[in-house]
Amino acid sequence: MKDHFFLAFSNLRRRGLRSWLTMIGIFIGIAAVVGLISLGQGLQGAINEQFEQLGKDKIIIQSKTIGPPGSATSEKLILTTKDLEAIKNVRGVESVVGMLMKTSFLKFKDESKITFAIGINPEDISIFSEMQNFKVIDGRNLKKGDGFKAIVGYNNAVDEKIWKKAVEVGSTIEIEGVEFKVVGILGKTGDPYNDAGIYVPKETLREVLNVNDEESEIIAKTQSGFNPSDVADAIIRKLRQERDEKKDQETFNVQTSEQLLTTFTNIFGIVQAVLVGIAAISLVVGGIGIMNTMYTSVLERTKEIGTMKAVGAKNSDILQIFLFESGLLGLVGGTIGVALGIGLGKSVEFIAATALGTNLLRASISFPLIFGALTFSFLIGTLSGVLPAMQASKLKPVDALRYE
Amino acid sequence: MKNDYIIELKNVCKYYKLGDTEIKALCDVNLQIKRGDFLAIVGPSGSGKSTMMNLVGALDISSRGDIFLDGQNIEHLPESDLAQIRGKKIGFVFQTFNLIPTLNAIENIALPMIFHGVGKKERMERAEKILKEVSLTHRREHLPKQLSGGERQRIAIGRALANDPEVILADEPTGNLDSKTGMEIIKLFVDLNKKGKTIILVTHNLDLIKYAQKVLKIADGKIIEHRKIKQQKVK
Repeated sequence: MKDHFFLAFSNLRRRGLRSWLTMIGIFIGIAAVVGLISLGQGLQGAINEQFEQLGKDKIIIQSKTIGPPGSATSEKLILTTKDLEAIKNVRGVESVVGMLMKTSFLKFKDESKITFAIGINPEDISIFSEMQNFKVIDGRNLKKGDGFKAIVGYNNAVDEKIWKKAVEVGSTIEIEGVEFKVVGILGKTGDPYNDAGIYVPKETLREVLNVNDEESEIIAKTQSGFNPSDVADAIIRKLRQERDEKKDQETFNVQTSEQLLTTFTNIFGIVQAVLVGIAAISLVVGGIGIMNTMYTSVLERTKEIGTMKAVGAKNSDILQIFLFESGLLGLVGGTIGVALGIGLGKSVEFIAATALGTNLLRASISFPLIFGALTFSFLIGTLSGVLPAMQASKLKPVDALRYE
Repeated sequence: MKNDYIIELKNVCKYYKLGDTEIKALCDVNLQIKRGDFLAIVGPSGSGKSTMMNLVGALDISSRGDIFLDGQNIEHLPESDLAQIRGKKIGFVFQTFNLIPTLNAIENIALPMIFHGVGKKERMERAEKILKEVSLTHRREHLPKQLSGGERQRIAIGRALANDPEVILADEPTGNLDSKTGMEIIKLFVDLNKKGKTIILVTHNLDLIKYAQKVLKIADGKIIEHRKIKQQKVK
């Protein structure tokens, strides 16, 4: 078998340019598949980590809007402090945190931006920080009694990232023309939304933005010993009663962090399958390329096949040589593809980290991915070579020798 | 006990279909070739000499009759058995050399041994020895395209000797060579014959007949003459 492999390899070497051109189809396909899967796995891992941080005991309550939290405009859709208080009374709920998120006109030094300002009750800051993995790296956190004070996400404190000049502890940021003194800088979380955030006391933000009792997002923590999904069901029942809504016509969404993760994983899985599917089309094209090359090779080498049969090669010998050859085209193409795919994944990771400031998009290169991609490319090559190899092996020696 | 005849053809016919027409390439051929013979098969183009070579070399099967190789009837054998017989008992030498272009001289010589399951070490030792016999040790690593016509044919003869077959079947082996190189090749065959190999030389070059011991003339698919001749020495 080793000798058959050698014969196949020497043939590929002879047809260098054609072999390379044939392999392009495979390595583009494998590179795309490896790149997409590695990024997908990395993203999935990062999201799992984020949910781990959030904790399995959390329940997220949002209004049923298409946009991000805080974008509900209809009175009926808006969640209120009344809802938050009602949730506090649900059995199994340990604590509840409400957030107010509003796009606002922000100004720092001479620069102005329209972005999210996030209002948190300073009493809830420790539980909120735990959920979002917030750590103050400079200054202090918000505390009870704070009024026009703010803490800012990491990216605000880096030159040219969000603002031309970095925000520092002691700086002043204006929200809708009202000055807030920065008292703390948060450490990098890797989530670009969190890292760009500006967090102020909720009641102060309400005053500034003239918002009454709206809560953009409510997060409830389940008491230990209670099942989060049972508590979520109880919250749904309570809110339905509180807001006078009928079953299946609710204007709010209640999901446990695990349900959210499952929903996200399902959607993400479908998106990834579609992308990988599209990339796999090029693998089919690559396979057809190999088949075409192998058929051409059989025709060109008909006399050679006849000679090998004349000197004692059996049909199975010829079959093996041609299958090894097509398999090698796939394998070598796949190896280059894997290397390119890793490069592609790592490049996207690098660009995402430097240009977008996120560490959510990272390429996860695992042994099963590399091994799987190589095995798959070898199989594509081999399968594409089956028909040409069978044609070659079945040639009658006398006809093959006579072929001109 | 070994049969006196290495090859026997009994009432062998070969027909080809060309559309609706049946062409008789060989018709009721009976032939016995002794071990150690040097037989020259001659005849004009289309006479059936190549057909006979294909049948004797187990490259093709007859339409009727029996072919015995070393006492074994090779008709009705499956292709895998025929491949083994070709590899072990017959060495082919072709007019166009038919060397594998990607393999160097020694690898081409060793090729039949691969299909016969000979291990690499033994294979290379034997190929090395054969390379010496055909006086091309210095061309060991050269690819066919780097060799002259005569050298290529010597490598082809070396390949034919790889599995130490009893019969060497040569189809117009000097057809692509100049007369001087052609004579060197014929001398190689004569030497091999002296060492006990049965040589079957298919040619339309009547000048080469004199170096054989027997001549077989074919015309219109029939043997018209089969006789001993006085073998001349190659100058």
